Parts: sequence; C-alpha cells; structure tokens
Amino acid sequence: MATPTTPVHARAASHTTGLPRRKRRGIAKFMRNRAAVLGAALVLLIVLMAVFAPWLSHYDPVQASFMTVRQAPSAAHWFGTDELGRDVLSRLLWGARASLLAGVVSVGIAVLIGVPLGLLAGYFGKLVDGVISRIADALLSIPFLILAIALAAFLGPSLTNAMAAIGISAMPRFVRLTRGQAITVKAEEYVEGARAIGLGHARIIMRYILPNVLPPIIVQASLTIATAIIAEASLSFLGLGQLPPAPSWGSMLNTAKDFVSQAPWMSIFPGIAIFLAVLGFNLLGDGLRDALDPRES
Amino acid sequence: MLRIIANRMLVAIPTLILVSMLIFGLQKLLPGDPVTAMAGEDQDPQLIASLRVKYHLDEPVPTQYVLWVRDVVHGDLGASLRTDVPVTSLIAQKLPVTLQLAAMAMIFAMGIGIPAGVISAASRGGALDYGANIFALSGMSIPNFWLGIMMIFIVSVRWHLLPSSGYVSPTEDFWLSIKTMLMPALVLGASLGAQLMRHTRSAMLSVLRTDYIRTARAKGLLRGTVVVKHAFRNALVPIVTVLALLFGELLAGAVLTEQVFTIPGFGKLVVDAVFNRDYAVVQGVVLVTALCFIVVNLCADVLYVLLNPRLRRG
Amino acid sequence: MRRMLIAAALALGATAVMAQTSQTIRIGLQDDIGSLDPARSVQLVDRIVFASLCNSLVDITPDLKIVPMLATSWTTSADGKTLTFKLRQGVKFQDDEPFNAAAVKANLDRDRTLQTSNRKSELASVDHVDVIDDYTVAIVLKQPDAALLATLTDRAGMMLAPKTLADPAGVAAHPVCSGPYKFVQRVQNDRVVLEKFPGYWDADKYPVQRVIFLPIPDSTVRLANLRSGSLDMLERLAPSDVASVKNDASGRFAPVSGLGYYYVTFNIGNGKRSNALLKDKRVRQAFDLALDRDAINQVIGAGIFTPANQAVPKSSPYYNASLPMPHRDVAKAKALLKAAGHEHVDIEFTYPNNTVSSQIVQMMQAMVGEAGFNLKLRPTDYATELNAAHSGDFEAMYLGWSGRVDPDGNLHQFNTCAGNLNYAHYCNPEVDRYLDAARVKLTAADRKTDYDAASKLLAEDDPIVYVYSQPWPFELSKKVQGFTPYPDGLIRLRGVSIKG
Repeated sequence: MATPTTPVHARAASHTTGLPRRKRRGIAKFMRNRAAVLGAALVLLIVLMAVFAPWLSHYDPVQASFMTVRQAPSAAHWFGTDELGRDVLSRLLWGARASLLAGVVSVGIAVLIGVPLGLLAGYFGKLVDGVISRIADALLSIPFLILAIALAAFLGPSLTNAMAAIGISAMPRFVRLTRGQAITVKAEEYVEGARAIGLGHARIIMRYILPNVLPPIIVQASLTIATAIIAEASLSFLGLGQLPPAPSWGSMLNTAKDFVSQAPWMSIFPGIAIFLAVLGFNLLGDGLRDALDPRES
Repeated sequence: MLRIIANRMLVAIPTLILVSMLIFGLQKLLPGDPVTAMAGEDQDPQLIASLRVKYHLDEPVPTQYVLWVRDVVHGDLGASLRTDVPVTSLIAQKLPVTLQLAAMAMIFAMGIGIPAGVISAASRGGALDYGANIFALSGMSIPNFWLGIMMIFIVSVRWHLLPSSGYVSPTEDFWLSIKTMLMPALVLGASLGAQLMRHTRSAMLSVLRTDYIRTARAKGLLRGTVVVKHAFRNALVPIVTVLALLFGELLAGAVLTEQVFTIPGFGKLVVDAVFNRDYAVVQGVVLVTALCFIVVNLCADVLYVLLNPRLRRG
Repeated sequence: MRRMLIAAALALGATAVMAQTSQTIRIGLQDDIGSLDPARSVQLVDRIVFASLCNSLVDITPDLKIVPMLATSWTTSADGKTLTFKLRQGVKFQDDEPFNAAAVKANLDRDRTLQTSNRKSELASVDHVDVIDDYTVAIVLKQPDAALLATLTDRAGMMLAPKTLADPAGVAAHPVCSGPYKFVQRVQNDRVVLEKFPGYWDADKYPVQRVIFLPIPDSTVRLANLRSGSLDMLERLAPSDVASVKNDASGRFAPVSGLGYYYVTFNIGNGKRSNALLKDKRVRQAFDLALDRDAINQVIGAGIFTPANQAVPKSSPYYNASLPMPHRDVAKAKALLKAAGHEHVDIEFTYPNNTVSSQIVQMMQAMVGEAGFNLKLRPTDYATELNAAHSGDFEAMYLGWSGRVDPDGNLHQFNTCAGNLNYAHYCNPEVDRYLDAARVKLTAADRKTDYDAASKLLAEDDPIVYVYSQPWPFELSKKVQGFTPYPDGLIRLRGVSIKG
C-alpha cells in the first residue's frame, strides 16, 4: 500500500518547525538503500581524492622524467608510468580535480541558467514561455555531444571552455524539467490564493514554487554530473577539453590510446577512475530519487 | 489526429530556423580564419585571397547567412572546403554507415535491454533485479570510448579476432561488413542497452502496480500472461518515447565510437570537420542531424498518440 | 574456448584473404586525403596518391637528382629565362587522350590562373608557355628560376587530361591523369582506390594491379592492421613502435631521412607580441644551445629523428657539411642569457597538440629550463596554430615543414624579409641577397656558395632553431617486394610486387 502523500503546502510552511517528518523519512530511506550508500561512498572517495591530491601523490604529476618512461606497475609506481615517465597514480589523483570540477561546475552553470529560465517560462506562460521553450527545443534538437563539441571548438580547447560548453548543452534539460514542475505547482490552489491576497510574482516564485521544484532538480543534477563527467572526458579525449600536460582523465586516455600495445596500464586506470566516479553519481542520483519520491513505498 | 501532427510540424519550423541560425552563428564565431586551414602548410597568399572571395568571407555575416539559406533551400549544402566533395554526397555516403552502426547497436541494446528490464521488473526486489540494476548502471557509467580502446586492445591486438578499424559496405561483402561493425556496435549498444533496461523496468513497474493489472491477476490469469500480454503492451508507450530520446544519445555515442574505430561515418565527419574548420560540412551536417532529430521526435509523438487511444481525442 | 574462437576467426579471415585479388596493395596513411586536384592539393598524403595516379614532367631519384618522366630532356637558354622540354612520345592519358605540348600548356596555364589554385606562387616566375611543336614546349620566365625544375617534379608539373580541365569540381571528384594507376573510387575518410592503367607507357614495370589507400589516423590501429594482414604497408610509423617493429621478423622496417624538418621559431617582429627578449639573438642562441637533440632522438625518436642544424636536408647536394652541429652546452647558454641581461626568461610556447610533438615539447621544456628558460606551454590544434603564426599571436612556436626537393623551397619563404612563411618576420638584407641570388643562378656550384653563406648567417642569427630532420618511417609486410623509400616521403610503386 502506498503511503499517503503529505499535502504539498505543508512543505512551504514547515521551515519553522525543524526537520519535517518527510525529510527524516527520506534520509532513513536513503540509508537503507545499499546501492545509494555505495554511490555516496564512491562520490566521497572521488572528492577526497581531488581535495587531498597534493598530499596523497608521491610524484609531481606534470614533471617529465625521461629515465622512467612507460614502466609497468611496480612497487615504486603502483599504476605504472606514462609516455613521459610521470606516475600514473599521481596524475589520476590530480585528474580527479579536473573531472570533479568539470562535473560540478558544468551542472552549476546548467542549473543557474536553466532553472530561472524554466521558472519564468512555467510561471508566466504565453510569450515568455514560447520564446524560452523554442530556444530550449532548438538546443535540444542538436545531440548533446555534438553541441558540446561545436561549442568547445568555438571557445577553444581548455577545461574552462569545456565546462561552459557542457553547461550550456545541459541547460535545456533543466529548463524543461523546471518548467514542467512550475506549471504543475502554479496550478495548486494555494498559489492562486497567494495571488489573490496580492503577493508579488517574485515572492510567490521564491517561496512556493522554487522549494517544490527543488527535489527533482537535485536528482537531475546528480545524474547530470555523471553525464558531465563523461562529457568532459569525451571532449578531452577528442582534444577539445583539458589539454596536456595538465592531468585530466580524458586527456590521459587520449594520449594512452597511442600506446595501448606497449603500455596498457596507461589506458586501464584512467578508464576505471571515470567509471567509478560516474557510477557513484548515478547511484547517488538514483538513491536520491527513491528517497525523495513520495510514491515509492 | 491530423491536427496534432500538423501542429507539431508547425512548431518544428521556428525551431529549425533557430537551429540554423545557431549553427551558422557558431561557425562564424570560431576563432581564426577558416581560409588559413584550407591553404595548408604552403599558405599561398594569392590562394588565400581568392578563397576569401569565393566563400564571401569578407561580406557581413547576415549576408553570408542569407546566401547560405538560399543555397540550402535549393538543395545545395555547399562543398567540403578541404576536399571539394559536395556536402550532399558526403552525407549520402556517410549516413548509411552511421545508420548501420546505430541499427546494429540498437539491436544489441533492445535485444538485451528490454528482456532484461522485463525480467527484472517481474522479479522485483529479488537478487536478479538487484544484480541486473547494478549491471545496467555499470553499463551506463563506462565511458564508451574507453570500452572501445580496451576492446580493440584485447580483441584485435592481442587475440587478432576482429578487425580494429575501417568499414566494409554490406553490399560489397555482407559478413565482413557485420564482422567489422561488431565491436563498435557492441560498444555503442552497451550504454544504450543499460539505459533501456532501466527505463523498461520502471515502465513495467508502474504498469504492474496499476489497478487493471491487479484485476487481471485477481481474475486468476497466469503471471506470465499478465506480464507479456497486458503489462508489456502498455509499457511500450514510455519505451517508445525513450527510444526517441536515445536516438540522440546514439548519434552522440556514434561520434566517439567512430573516432576510436576509425569508421567513416557521420560522427567522424563532424569531428574532423570541426577540427579542420570545414565550415560547409559542419553547417550542412548539423542541420541535417537536427532535421532528422525533429522528424524522429515527430514520429515518436505520432506513435505515442497511436499507442495510447486516450490521447487521440485530445 | 579461446582457441576455438581464434580458429574460427582464422578460417573466416582466410576465406576473406582468398577472395581478395592477389597483387592488390593496401597502404595505410596517417591522414585523410584532401583534394585530388593537383592544382588545389595542400597535403602530403595527397601527393602519395598522386605518385601512383599521375605523372609529372620530371621526377627525382633517391639522392635527389632530377630525371625524365613525361619530359625526356630539357635545356635552359643562355639567359636562363626559357626552359625548353622535349616530351615523351606515345603517352596516353587515362581517358585515351594523347599527351602532347598542348596538354602541358593547358595544365600549366590552369595552375597559374585557376581562382583557387594553390600552385600560383610556385609558378610565379612563369610569364607564359609556348607550344613549339607537338612534343616540344617552352616555358618562358620573367626572371631565371633555378628552383623551377624541382617544382615541376611535384604537383605543379602534374598533367591532367585536357578534356577534363573544364570542370573543376569534376577534377577533384574523378581525376584523370597519365600515371600507372587510374582512379576508381574515393570515399572521404575511408579509402581511395586505384586500378592499373593498361595503356601506361611503362606498364610492365608495375606488377601491382590494384592500389587501395586507407587513412587510419591512430598509429596503434594502423600497425595492428598491418600485423593482422589487413594492410600491406603503412607510412609514418610511430617512433614508439620502432623498437617492437625492429624485433618483428614478419615485417620490414624501411625508414628514410626526409626533406623536411621540425623547428622552433620566435616572434622577432610580427606584431605586438614581439618583445626585446625575443629580438635579442643571444636569447635565441641560448635556446639553441640548451637543447639536447641527441637525447630527443634517443628517448622520443627511437633513433630516427636525426638532429638538424640547417634547413637543407643531408641528402641534398646543397647540404652545408661545414656548418657545426650545436651540442648541448648549458653553461654557455646561461652565459648568453646573462649577457642579454637576464638570468630567467619567461616565454609562451605554442605547439600542435599531437602525441609526438607534445612529448618533444615537454622534453624541451625540461632541457631549456635548466638554462633559465621558463616555458609556458600553449598547445593548440593545427589550424589555430597556423592562424596564430600568421597574425603574430605567439612568442615562440614549434612547427614542422614537410620539405621540398630544392633548397629554395626550404629557405626562401622562411627567411627572406617578405617571405610568406617567415612567421618570425625576421629581416636580414644580406640573407635576402644570398637567397634571391641563389634563385637566379644556373650552376649548382654557384648556388651552393650562396646557400652556404646564407646558412652561416642564419645559424648566427638563429631566427629558426632547427631541431630534427623529419623522417619517413615506412613499415612493410614481408609480402611486399621491391619497395624503395624516397626522401620526399612518397610511395613509388615501380618494381613493387606482392609475393604470394
């Protein structure tokens, strides 16, 4: 039997009474979901790798060392060395920064642009909605990676530009999602009531619509971070993102593919790193969706 | 229903125009002179001057846009700046290649994803479901270009089992064609299959919970019959919508797969054109892609309406 | 289980091989072919295809001597302004048109006048072409041009069938030449297919019946294809594969030192980004002395990146053997920098972001770092780099040049004040004098004196620091017999056959 849905208006008023029952139930549900916890753990691992990279790595990730070129994994170099003699593990740890940054910042851009646009489109409707929706549709009709490639090529290859490109390409999804949610919430009685008593548009959007729109956005954000990490790796792999010598998992794979017969470890470990990071965010997003969705029992 | 289709088509037109302006504008904003790339290492100044005249590069951007649109409407998408091959022939040559790759990938994805999703939903909560879900998530999380590199290394370089690059047309040699596309299609289909499995599973789950399914079970119908006859058919609707979405992912995934496996398809054409500053190709190809995308979504919408009789009245 | 799979695959593969015609050669290329119109072509790989598809008026030997091809003999007038060719008789184009002086005139005129022709600068010294009789043609020049004969061994001297010249798009789509193999098919990014032209004037020296060019940019995949038998030979083997290929008895490694070079150039006077440091030749000399070319050759080049100290390749008779090869001297480099007024120098360094260049540049960064240079690396893609070079948006830059047969092609455009490829905007009127004079002198000995003098001045001023000579490392399967690599990197199939 499905649990009864807590009335929506309760969410708007609950900030005065401490953690509402819903949130506590959500957290408990999350903790019971083993996959979600695994995801959170993986994400935490990646974050720790990124934050503590300078202390965890034994070698300089950028300094070339021509005496130790392409050595297999050993006690001195756990993951072996690359074509310039650099320690793969150290580069992996530092590369976590680029990937994590790429994931979080791109999605940040997408959310910061997409959510307000979606709110405006959903709330005001008519012409505003028409224009915003057409732009979102236009962006959505070009496949994500191709749009990101074109944008990254326009901006020039660099991590910052790749993040901007991915952010802009991911933005329409948030516009669509927010717009849909805003339309639903706007139709609720209490919103009409708020209009009736003369609350301004801005107040209504901020106090009533936005908080109810947030949960699916958070879920989508987590899943989009996963997509963004793969997108950054893909762009770097193609030569459009973080360029060498700065370490990034994608650009490491770009170089590694030329040495896959002589030094397969150069390809294996960055790939596994990307896999674990993306898996972590996917599991986390899934877990959040299950925890925040009132319908799942 | 015709009104719905007509409506959708009308909406598609301003979108298409916006897309064309977007692509054109992006190209014009690309850093550097496209002509420099065309002139190669010799950089002959006389050639550079003639090329600028030939491609109207010194005229204002809106004029260039109008000239381009005029040509497009007449069916002339220009010619590759690098090889002088007309863009329309390039598309005609390469689209079938990517479509073959996409079709084979879709077959793998559907062949594994949909049954896996159905079984997973049917045995909900069990070990099978749990394991399948982790498997699917893993499939989605592996970067497909890495999977490609690893497979080339193991299957081609180490075991010499399958070719690691190139393309053979099915009309030329059918089995060699399949053999050459096998690895790339598997790599491309892996992520899609995983996503399809999850969507199928959740679509099946929401259907299985509905009242009329419970009625069917209460009536004493066999579990299998219920699952296949009633639940699956209704789950088809969201599955179809998702397939349209996945088409876009397929194209994006094809870009990387074709790069790794050196397949002369659409995706590789676009990437190479962007790097070579081959404006004409990028403009033409992205426009055609957007058009296909819009058409596919339109078909999905129509299919959606057809499958769901309740919407026909709307 | 794996053995069963391998056996099954081998059986499949064997049937595929049997189905293939013997005497077909499959050649793996590094880049996709550009335009198949000799007048428009800009890439090296295009020339590799042209070597089989077309004939030029003259050709070269492996030691860079000019020999007859479509022309059987030639004379230069006393004032050096008329070059008269006697043409080979009985030659047909691949569409059965006869080859004659009128065809030569038509082609040369097209190269000079076609709006989008890339050969205009190469033929800039030509005033007009006269047809003397069916098999004699005279090229009349505005001033003597000693490099013209060498230019005519390349695309400028290639002859297309006259009837096809009217349609420029048609030429690129279906080129009709007079070479040993005629055009069958071209699929962009996939392949170019040529087939034996039975009417070729030297047909019996070409055993191979069919030529298939396959562009495969990934060098690992290219080599994997060769090893698995899908290719018969490949060009530009990656240096990192040289060691494993030398130990591999199933193939044959055939490298040759090329005509071109890789170099570092500095922004001496090209726009705002030039500065006092880069203008000071002591800084440039210090950079030159801080490089260890032998180490680059060993560590990255696997022994095939021959160190270079001048633009002219070793295989050329114009090579200046008396010019000393700079050896690494960090102390002297530091002293030079100090004399220029700095102990530490910051320079932004632009380079193309491919694997080998990245490795070399990072090695250079470490080497010159010890002498006090702090290089800030700026990787770009090739198109952006060319743009930056033109517009002066660089401080120091690493580039390659594929090389030309005549020393003029490697020197004049790069080092004269108005030179088209003089990205540094270096200007030394004395160098100009020597290079301009060498162009119009008619005897090799006279020209060498000028080139020697010029190279001495250039080594002193160091606007261009030559790093290594571009090699052409070919790798062939044991089945391929009779192949000789040429320093221009082209694949000539005369006498080449496939065994078994």
